[in-house]
Amino acid sequence: MIVRIMGEGQYRLSQEVLERVNELDNAVVAAVDADDEDGFHESFEEMLDVIRSEGEHLGDEEIETSDIIVPPSDTSFEEAAAEFTGEGLIPD
Amino acid sequence: MAGMSGRMSTVIKAKISKLLDKAEDPGETLDYSYTRQLESLQQVKKGIADVVTAKKRLGMQAQKLEQSVVKLDTQARQALAAGNEELARTALERKTLAQTELQSLDQQVAELQAQQDKLTESEKRLRTKIEAFRTKKEVIKAQYSAAEAQVRISEAATGVGEEMADVGLAMQRAVDKTEDMKARASAVEELEAAGTFEDLTQLGSGQDDIDRELAALGSGSMVDDELAKMKAELGQGSTPAPAELESGGETKP
Repeated sequence: MIVRIMGEGQYRLSQEVLERVNELDNAVVAAVDADDEDGFHESFEEMLDVIRSEGEHLGDEEIETSDIIVPPSDTSFEEAAAEFTGEGLIPD
Repeated sequence: MAGMSGRMSTVIKAKISKLLDKAEDPGETLDYSYTRQLESLQQVKKGIADVVTAKKRLGMQAQKLEQSVVKLDTQARQALAAGNEELARTALERKTLAQTELQSLDQQVAELQAQQDKLTESEKRLRTKIEAFRTKKEVIKAQYSAAEAQVRISEAATGVGEEMADVGLAMQRAVDKTEDMKARASAVEELEAAGTFEDLTQLGSGQDDIDRELAALGSGSMVDDELAKMKAELGQGSTPAPAELESGGETKP
């Protein structure tokens, strides 16, 4: 699976890592639903960290279409409300 | 877990399809995509230049504010030396306000710097990707039959289109931020214009916007402390200073 973090580039994730990201994706949705801003930042940042550290960064010269698009790291809680709904970024 | 979800994905998909739906013939798609990519790259460069301009403007304002802080401090001392405590207080209040503005200005400059860095990175990424696309399109043209080429071209164009959409949205964010700061910069300019007094004696009883803002800020205690410190430095409290400025208010040390 190829994941793009907006403004940062693309990463190739293994199934294993993707599952962790999916869990965090669900945690973000839960935080947004519960109107829990701190919880949102915590889970969202962890999600980005996992993608960055566990994913394989795609070279700039690789031309690939992403399977999943993650909003930019400076996404506000208000913006997140429109983004993380239902099953989140990754359909369960 | 198939397919993209989320609003951002929808936005990106819409942008990509808008980028690609022009040409029908594969050869045309290639050249059309490439032209669009180069245009997009130009826009990003322009966007970066805008951020740099906004940053410079804020930097210049910060310099002016720093000068104001120094000037107001001097004015406060002069007023105090002349025995006009009320005037000294007003100058110190304005100094406090200018310092607060300065802090927020510094923070904004730092934010714009971060935006600039991000955009510069994005520009580099897009440039590399476009270059890769250019190479790939020649290969596709040379090696594949029309039908197969169509599929590969569409894949490559979609991939670069995604990068273009990403950079486009990053630029939009930067532009929005810059606009906010421009509006704020204008407000600070007005404040700066009214912030120091060309002539100490001109300060009348009439309240201006700054005074009202100061009242709302309630910067009183800080100003009191500074005033006391200044008095001590001037050795006031024992010897009354010569009154150069006659503005009526007799102040008791």
